[in-house]
Amino acid sequence: MNGVEVLVVGLGVVAVGSALLVATSSHLVHCALWLVVTLGSLAGIYLLLAAEFVAWVQVLIYLGAVVVLLLFALMLTRAPTGPLDDLTGPSRVVGVVVGAATAAVLVTTFALGFGDARIDIGPGDIGSAGAVGATLFGSWVLAFEVLSVVLLAALIGAIVISRRPETPVGER
Amino acid sequence: MPVLLPLVVSSLLFGIGVYIVLARRHAVLVLMGVELMLNAVNLNLVAFDAYWHDVLDSGQVLALYVIAIAAAEIGLGLAIVLLVYRSHRHIDLDQLRELADRDDADYPRDSSGVAS
Repeated sequence: MNGVEVLVVGLGVVAVGSALLVATSSHLVHCALWLVVTLGSLAGIYLLLAAEFVAWVQVLIYLGAVVVLLLFALMLTRAPTGPLDDLTGPSRVVGVVVGAATAAVLVTTFALGFGDARIDIGPGDIGSAGAVGATLFGSWVLAFEVLSVVLLAALIGAIVISRRPETPVGER
Repeated sequence: MPVLLPLVVSSLLFGIGVYIVLARRHAVLVLMGVELMLNAVNLNLVAFDAYWHDVLDSGQVLALYVIAIAAAEIGLGLAIVLLVYRSHRHIDLDQLRELADRDDADYPRDSSGVAS
């Protein structure tokens, strides 16, 4: 086991452990903060898998934007900062069974299909911003443009949904 | 490194995400579970990109697309959560049952066929 493998195992343990805390914590804000740890250690695994640009995008978008949005939503819905004992519903047993079964099926499939396969990262595999940008705007440019329209539609949709209904002057 | 290493991590993350979506009652927590599942998929994409030595970087580019879609999804999802909070004063998913499939016997209908 070389150094990279030790690092991947460590980051994976941190990611799964903090994801378990997201799933079990009784503090809403703690859940959002443990999610930061999970996403950050995933960014570390991306770096070790030579996906450099994806790792930085993960840090920028997920840790920077998505978690802040989640915290904003918690604040705007007046989520209590103290512990809550009713965060997990009555379907907890079903959730545990289905979640464990999903993970077991996936792990078994991967173990049978790729049990002894190894990743050998060469210098050509490093996804630097230049390399990924060249393929993104070369082979994948159509999907990129479609995605920009999707993002615009989501932006307009979010504004329209969350806008307060107009009330005539004097009726407040 | 064995390709199984990142794949097992992503499988466990996906299972935890499924559990959060099924068992948690707070709408924002459910959105966090969806984010966990999307991240598990991203990890798979990046791992297989490194495994196949893809010259087109398909895995990494698709991971970037998934991240962008997730950003759009979380924006819309939180807008809906805020709207639900504004109209119901809570976002407990177990109590939001306006769209549930009801038994007709429990909810007698009036003459126009609209559930009362």
